[in-house]
Amino acid sequence: MSLIYPRSSNAAHPAYDFADYRSTGKRHPQKPLIIMPHTLSELTGPVYGHDAVRDNEFDLTMQHKAEPLGERIIVTGRVLDEDGRPQPNTLVEIWQANSAGRYIHVVDQHPAPLDPNFTGAGRAVTNADGRYRFVTIKPGAYPWGNHPNAWRPNHIHFSLFGPSFLSRIVTQMYFPGDPLFAFDPIFNSVPDAKARDRMVCRFDLDVTKPDWALGYQFDIVLRGRNATPTEEPHDD
Amino acid sequence: MTDPTHKPAGITPSQTVGPYYAYGLTPRGAYAFRDAFADPVATADCEGTRIKLTGHIYDGDGKAIPDAMIEIWQADSAGRYAHPRDNRARANSSFKGFGRCGADKNGGYAFETIMPGIVPGPDGKPQAPHVVVCLFARGMLRHLYTRIYFADAAAANAADPILALVPADRRNTLIAKRAGDGAYTFDIHIQGGDETVFFDV
Ligand SMILES: [Fe+2]
Repeated sequence: MSLIYPRSSNAAHPAYDFADYRSTGKRHPQKPLIIMPHTLSELTGPVYGHDAVRDNEFDLTMQHKAEPLGERIIVTGRVLDEDGRPQPNTLVEIWQANSAGRYIHVVDQHPAPLDPNFTGAGRAVTNADGRYRFVTIKPGAYPWGNHPNAWRPNHIHFSLFGPSFLSRIVTQMYFPGDPLFAFDPIFNSVPDAKARDRMVCRFDLDVTKPDWALGYQFDIVLRGRNATPTEEPHDD
Repeated sequence: MTDPTHKPAGITPSQTVGPYYAYGLTPRGAYAFRDAFADPVATADCEGTRIKLTGHIYDGDGKAIPDAMIEIWQADSAGRYAHPRDNRARANSSFKGFGRCGADKNGGYAFETIMPGIVPGPDGKPQAPHVVVCLFARGMLRHLYTRIYFADAAAANAADPILALVPADRRNTLIAKRAGDGAYTFDIHIQGGDETVFFDV
């Protein structure tokens, strides 16, 4: 089945220039982007399926000698296209801070402890229903230098390819009801409130495992729609 | 549970890759996580001219960006993509056509790959050899999309339908310079006087 990628769907994304997030200032183009048709080069993209992932990479709590500290959670969801069709065999990569809000990355100098039993990186591939599943710990909030007393809401970074290079997405998953939402310029760079909601996972008692871990659902919708002639034209 | 008949209201928005992606996306032996992607991009069994593609990524002040990440996607030397939508794709090739590189502290990147072939374009017109680029960085809420063409394919570049959409005085920002045998350089300026052309796709 051939997918089309209406440009209008990109309206969900933040602008490249967003003053409240200071670092965008010198890192956004000032000249107009050139509108171009989608050629075979854009309509294809990297194919990485089950061969790209090892068995233990979905479980971030099992990558070291002992279990990491923190609140164990399950994060699962479906990867869908814009028509709601599941996207099977798609690579999902995640990375996150530990439960104290500290990244293992050498540049992170937040004075919170590292956890010798937690790297914070994971990979999974979606199954036939487009579903992925991770086991991890809830990441802590952490401070950053954007403005005085700036703190990032708890989040997990996600990276996906999908069916073509046009469906490529890097995003962040947030947790429901975070009091830091109102103060976070990265979260609020998404202009539409409903689109911001699509970055927030949902607590799910059915995913929650008794006596073991809380469960969250996070569906990810990628660019791409069925190429039906009566729908939007190719070059809208 | 998810309702399978429910049509989503829109796509999931983009958020910045942030400064700390390396241990998940480009560990390269520096972190306790396996790399998922082959480096070099050129695999032992792929035909074609081996090339080295290097460059630096700069911000609007001309300062190098050490926390950028660059991804490339390209055809093989016969212009075929390793993807089901390209029905000419070569079966059983280990060449994936994809590379990912985290910038070094000087904003530098490098790929060892092969020279892509001529790729079919819109209305049956061929596209000059090119590499597709997605650029990510802290301070970028959404990735940027550009293309790398090659200086020594001048005739093919002159006839390329996508380069033709770019104002003539900016086309040079999309063309990698030859820097010796099989070596090309391509710098990216996100902003400023010599700003690279980015595409709205
Ligand atoms: Fe983060």
